[in-house]
Amino acid sequence: MFAGYSAGELTAIFAMQGFAGLILFSVFVLMALGLAIIFGQMGVINMAHGEFMILGAYVTYLVSNTFATHLPDLFSIYFFVAMALAFLASGALGMLVEWGLIRHLYRRPLDTLLATWGLSLILQQIYRSVFGAREVGVTVPNWMMGSLPLTDMIEVPINGLFVMALAVGISVAIYALMFRSRWGRQVRAINQNRVMAGAVGINTERTDRLTFGIGCGIAGVAGSAFTMIGSTGPTSGQLYIVDTFLVVVFGGAGSILGTIASAFTISQAQSVLEFFLSGSMAKVITLLVVVGILMLRPQGLFALKLRK
Amino acid sequence: MTDFSKPKTPGMSRRAVLAGGAALTASLFAPRGLRAQDFPTAAVNTTGLAVTDSTVTIGILHSVTGTMAISETGSVQAEKLAIEQINAMGGVLGRKIQFIQEDGASDWPTFAEKARKLLVNDKVASVMGCWTSASRKAVLPVFEQHNGMLYYPTFYEGLEQSPNVIYTGQEATQQIIAGLDWVNQTKGAKSFYLLGSDYIWPRTSNKIARKHIENFMEGCEVVGEEYYPLGHTQFNSVINKIKLRKPDVIYAIVVGGSNVAFYKQLKAAGIDPTKESPIVLTISVTEDEIRGIGGENVEGSYACMKYFQSLDNPNNIEFVKAFKDMWGADMVIGDVTQAAYLGPWLWKAAVEAAGSFDIDKVREASPGIELPTAPEGYVKIHENHHLWSKTRVGRARMDGQYDVVFETADLVEPNPFPEGYQ
Repeated sequence: MFAGYSAGELTAIFAMQGFAGLILFSVFVLMALGLAIIFGQMGVINMAHGEFMILGAYVTYLVSNTFATHLPDLFSIYFFVAMALAFLASGALGMLVEWGLIRHLYRRPLDTLLATWGLSLILQQIYRSVFGAREVGVTVPNWMMGSLPLTDMIEVPINGLFVMALAVGISVAIYALMFRSRWGRQVRAINQNRVMAGAVGINTERTDRLTFGIGCGIAGVAGSAFTMIGSTGPTSGQLYIVDTFLVVVFGGAGSILGTIASAFTISQAQSVLEFFLSGSMAKVITLLVVVGILMLRPQGLFALKLRK
Repeated sequence: MTDFSKPKTPGMSRRAVLAGGAALTASLFAPRGLRAQDFPTAAVNTTGLAVTDSTVTIGILHSVTGTMAISETGSVQAEKLAIEQINAMGGVLGRKIQFIQEDGASDWPTFAEKARKLLVNDKVASVMGCWTSASRKAVLPVFEQHNGMLYYPTFYEGLEQSPNVIYTGQEATQQIIAGLDWVNQTKGAKSFYLLGSDYIWPRTSNKIARKHIENFMEGCEVVGEEYYPLGHTQFNSVINKIKLRKPDVIYAIVVGGSNVAFYKQLKAAGIDPTKESPIVLTISVTEDEIRGIGGENVEGSYACMKYFQSLDNPNNIEFVKAFKDMWGADMVIGDVTQAAYLGPWLWKAAVEAAGSFDIDKVREASPGIELPTAPEGYVKIHENHHLWSKTRVGRARMDGQYDVVFETADLVEPNPFPEGYQ
């Protein structure tokens, strides 16, 4: 397939393809981090993860409209406000859901699957009633669209760079929270042994609520960022849920590092295969490989040793 | 002129409606202002359909919940508008149309079940409905078994012709061939990259496109063809491939949420459709979809359809106004919405030509039925139950509307089983 191309063209295309892989990696990391916390640390199978993302996307839509009508001068920076609000909105909804629904189901992890699936349907219908069945178009500030021409051939999409920076930023923040903060220590303690953690005086209920809220908040930020690259509609969240679980399960539930490693592996495999094969075949092969590896290593790439 | 005037006050008396009707210019349809007593129910309804001395009941069967609600809402709105306008003119054979609306819920077995309910329990005289090919395939056996009549609005892949369906959208060759010829002749395009979502319509359409490019367009070639799963949101790899192959035209049949991702990423990767290198030509983006994608992302790309909201003819101007009056000023009307609007009118014309609501007689009367008042211009039902209609190419504007840049001189004959394209 490379006959008739000059070395320069090939270099350029491989460089661009490298960026494409990194962008996909960043997207996967953003999608999966929130779920990695909720599923990995709390054992809740949150099927409504996509809907929390879309809540963030709708918040972005509302903020962009507000800025366009009331503060047109500041439109170019509205995205940062939108991401902050998306985090708060999804986080608040997450904490509400934890209080009303999830906390009654901690002893029945499989039931969380059904309950959150129901929740996802309810949220979808709410979005449909409030925002209409049609997708909404979120106007992204001009500076975030378009690309940086590095050379004649190599062009790097700016929104891709933005997603990458965001993925790195959130990963670092989560790492700091999990391993350098009091909250993180409590979460890890509860994850290892809930009863003992309670016995030494950790308020497990409050920690759970906060953890669920932070996981959902991160989903909201991811949804906000994805308005740059994808659609915002009542059912758009469903587009992400399969890939998200794939990344988290493949990485090994419970390990944030595993999630990042698995996002890297899957995104690179998919991106390279998509380049050489067709889109559908790339997906099939990626899924087959993941299934194969999980058969050999059911605990995922990175598994924590837990006392259960 | 058209007959689309509708009374502003729903509670108008029958006499006022008839007087209003009489004031209009002579109808282009079969007799208008027909009085029900001239057509006794026993004579016009010999098969036990839901027809009374003053009313006739039809069904509307679309998804108003689930994924497909995005697309099907416009069709429901157009059908209700047509029904209201027909009723304002005195109805069909002097009978007001009542409708029963069922929700297919984006689920194909549900469509079949609801179709059975409409035909068996409600005895509806016709059904306006379905959107995806999958839903049509699901209801087809029901319509054939219980002898119903379905008016199907979507442009689709062809390869079907049922005595129980009138296809008011284009089949694939009507939508594809004229557009490819146009881009070749006026833009000098020689190489094409075919891209689609992975299901039957994009695959069949691209197959027809490929055959046409390779066999009927001199010196033209397909430099790539591929498909992505429905809902795919990452197109960076394929965009790189497109950049490597440097086609003259990206021929895109991407649907649903993927569309948004595709156009946004195309633009972010530096492929700006307004620069026409390459040209982006699609058959899957109507004014409806642009609302979700954002006009700034599709601006400059071309779409091949039979109808655009911006069509400048008196029928369409009245239609757009009536649609916005009924459903709100910010509504947009896409190709399928207009095709859905034709359904009730074509049914009315066929019933009145047949002088009967009986399905068999309506079917017999259908071929040759003309609709000079169609917003897209003149249409006519072909023997094969599809419509003769024109093919047009529009160029997307920033505001989400299309500028019509080309239309075929004549009506294009529908050809659901094209030879040499299989």
